[in-house]
Amino acid sequence: MPRIVVDVMPKPEILDPQGKAIVGALPRLGFTSFSAVRQGKRFELTVDGEVTDAILAQAREAAETLLSNPVIEDVVNVEVVEA
Amino acid sequence: MTELPLIGGAPVAVEPHLLGAKIGVVTFPGTLDDRDAARAVRLAGGTAVALWHADTHLADVDAVVIPGGFSYGDYLRAGAISRFAPLMSRIIDAANSDAKLPVLGICNGFQILTESHLLPGSMIKNDHLKFLCRDQVLRVENNKTLWTSDYEAGEEITVPLKNQDGQYIADDKTLDALEAEGRVVFRYVGWNPNGSRRDIAGISNAAGNVVGLMPHPEHAVEPGFGPESNAGTDGLGFFTSVLNKIVGGAQ
Repeated sequence: MPRIVVDVMPKPEILDPQGKAIVGALPRLGFTSFSAVRQGKRFELTVDGEVTDAILAQAREAAETLLSNPVIEDVVNVEVVEA
Repeated sequence: MTELPLIGGAPVAVEPHLLGAKIGVVTFPGTLDDRDAARAVRLAGGTAVALWHADTHLADVDAVVIPGGFSYGDYLRAGAISRFAPLMSRIIDAANSDAKLPVLGICNGFQILTESHLLPGSMIKNDHLKFLCRDQVLRVENNKTLWTSDYEAGEEITVPLKNQDGQYIADDKTLDALEAEGRVVFRYVGWNPNGSRRDIAGISNAAGNVVGLMPHPEHAVEPGFGPESNAGTDGLGFFTSVLNKIVGGAQ
């Protein structure tokens, strides 16, 4: 069954406290090549049947109204993934 | 709701004329502090009315408290799912109406109010990433709101603070507007416990009927059970403020 994947990231201008903690932990494990980490969210919306334009539009609307908070986050990607 | 639990002493301020004022306290799945909020309403002299998130009417209450906790487990974002509860639509409409329903959001309630766009900005994780629980000094920056009129302007009060997602953020334009319009209602004093922009602990809407803050006034309403400073009852003024306003406005 197809899924619609929605990726949400903290806005670039907002310091991401979780990403900051992760970037601090990486060198302790020997991963020294990464200067910054930002942590986002991935949602997978399963669709029973074909993904029509109307369903994709619904997913985009859900992404903007519920899945993200536009004050602190951006929806960076909405795409259809076949199972 | 049930009568006062048998802890603590007698109600601090029983004023019979306040009993007619009904303050609704909303419970969502995962709310923790609804009982304390209802108790604070009673200790201030008012009548507490239990409201359930799935209710579709406001039961003729004169004001609403959205208490703290972890509604829907803080899943997705703190307050994000609660914001779409049926009762929240009623509260949003009533707060924005000409009647200007007084609404107080505490902690998770504040997060719900920002997700509802009744208040600007948002909360993200504390800058140090830890859950924090401490007695916190706040300065009352604006005593003209419906929830702060019993305080002096500039008064410092001590109430508990307990959260993990308490860092208040908004863009500079929004912050400048809040400052210019006197809508920064509370600021942290002595130490910024979570990285909140401009030490902001609580804000109001433009009309002053909607107030949200991260610290917990409802846990500082009874001698011997609140913070050790003063009588530990610095939070009581929130509830007496709105009760006096409701009763005074009805006369």
